[in-house]
Amino acid sequence: MSGGEVWRALWRQGDPTHQTILWQLRMPRALLAQLVGAALGMAGALLQGMLGNGLADPYLLGISAGAGLAAVGLLTLGEWTRWVPLAAWSGGVLTTLLVYGLARSRSGLAVERLILAGVAVSALFGAISSTLLLMADDRVQVALSWLIGSLSGRGWPEVQTAGMYILVGLGLGWGQARALNLLSLGEEMAVGLGIPLARTRVVIGLVAALLAAAAVSVGGLIGFVGLVVPHMVRQTVGSDYRWLLPLAALAGAGLLGSADILARLGAVELPVGVVTALMGAPFFGWLLRQRGAA
Amino acid sequence: MKTTMPILQAENLTGGYGLRPVVRQISLQVERGEWLSIVGPNGSGKSTLLRLLSRVLLPLQGQVWLEGRDIHRQFTPQQLAQRLALLPQQQRIPQGLSVRQLVSLGRAPHQPWWRWQLPRADWQRVEQALEQTGLGSLAARPVETLSGGERQRAFLALALVQEPQVLLLDEPTTFLDLHYQLELLELLQRLKQERGLTLITVLHDLNLAIRYSRRIALLGCGCMQAIGSPREVLTPGRVRQVFGLKVEWISTPVGGQLCPLAAVGRGEEKTLNVLELSS
Repeated sequence: MSGGEVWRALWRQGDPTHQTILWQLRMPRALLAQLVGAALGMAGALLQGMLGNGLADPYLLGISAGAGLAAVGLLTLGEWTRWVPLAAWSGGVLTTLLVYGLARSRSGLAVERLILAGVAVSALFGAISSTLLLMADDRVQVALSWLIGSLSGRGWPEVQTAGMYILVGLGLGWGQARALNLLSLGEEMAVGLGIPLARTRVVIGLVAALLAAAAVSVGGLIGFVGLVVPHMVRQTVGSDYRWLLPLAALAGAGLLGSADILARLGAVELPVGVVTALMGAPFFGWLLRQRGAA
Repeated sequence: MKTTMPILQAENLTGGYGLRPVVRQISLQVERGEWLSIVGPNGSGKSTLLRLLSRVLLPLQGQVWLEGRDIHRQFTPQQLAQRLALLPQQQRIPQGLSVRQLVSLGRAPHQPWWRWQLPRADWQRVEQALEQTGLGSLAARPVETLSGGERQRAFLALALVQEPQVLLLDEPTTFLDLHYQLELLELLQRLKQERGLTLITVLHDLNLAIRYSRRIALLGCGCMQAIGSPREVLTPGRVRQVFGLKVEWISTPVGGQLCPLAAVGRGEEKTLNVLELSS
């Protein structure tokens, strides 16, 4: 399509095929990519703020895999599909607790342990999910694109189911900005400044899991967005969560939106998760080195 | 009954991490405008006691009252933060945060939850605290670029804009050289006099504690060994038992000070407990 044709199709004029392509295929998918990106970006920022560590992200902590397992479980059963988002959320929350429990040691909570636990849980839940998917449908393609994270073939129905949860989650997440600003001074300072620590942690964890679960239930395990985006935003606007949170959502939307376009550019459509991993994994390595140097 | 109520009171306070108590059966009273120092050897539970007094830790037993109200049951976290501030030993410093922004976070307990920006009056308090702590010229600098002493003053300024009645400080002089140690304690003393602030400090240096606080609480093995004036509490016998240190009181131009003579074994301390000492 040329620019002019796109413009005409946007106003529901011109070639009907173009109109359909734009309105039924491109538009919902672009919107969905942005919603999912926003959810992952803010979930990452929330988790990094809550744990006081820049290596936190829903994918690395296994929250995505837990949410995904619950979603896949229901979908392959073929029943109660209406409850998929809720199930994904519970799956995400339970996984958060599991990873937290595994990583906890007598000397407190080391983030390296947290990530190890997250990766282990991710691998296990990802394997179970793939098995379920393969048992239900023997095309490897489906399981694979879910594991890597893909928005292929998604449209308005997914925008509707996930969209509402994501918008609510973004609003609730932004509401935690002040608490996160105080938490970034350390736990004792935050308590001294009137933050109810346990309650705030639970709320932030629930909201982050909600966002991650909504993203996973439509896009599969898309990695690294939640890790990279908060860092990019922090480099530019600093650590004030009142700005960091909404901008992380915007940047996440922009990042995944463009990654999804990149994914479709080639002769073969790549799962968008491949693109984010290609961009994100080197960044993760760089981040680890930075931490080592500091 | 006394005519004036102690501003902070703890009774039978037992607590620690998990189910294992680190401090046991601590009772103390702090009067308004007083400066109490908590001293004791490493691992004696000083920081734990401070955390119990400031609601960072939930006690296993016992209670803490601020102005006669239970800090756990009769205050919301925010209400308590309006009256009581804690300066922990270690703080995390968010990347890129300016000194002014950091200090402004101290106004958080005074804001309703929906407020997005600090009102102008609050910013004036922030500027005032920056001046008071001598940070006026550094206000725009990122906190991570400050020296240890400047950082400590920045966090003190944060605690000041919180406008507490009671300020708890956990080893505020660690990492500071002697010059900054004295400067910080002089500043605290001035604030105590000007604002009637009640101070509770954990101090490592016995002589600084003796010099600045009228009353001293000595902890050993998680128990209160003695509380009272420096001369009453830090007797050579008790210092020997608790710290394993042979000392002698000497008089100096700034009052009495302890002069350490030798390190000695401290086997007896294990058998000490509150009851023996108070009887």
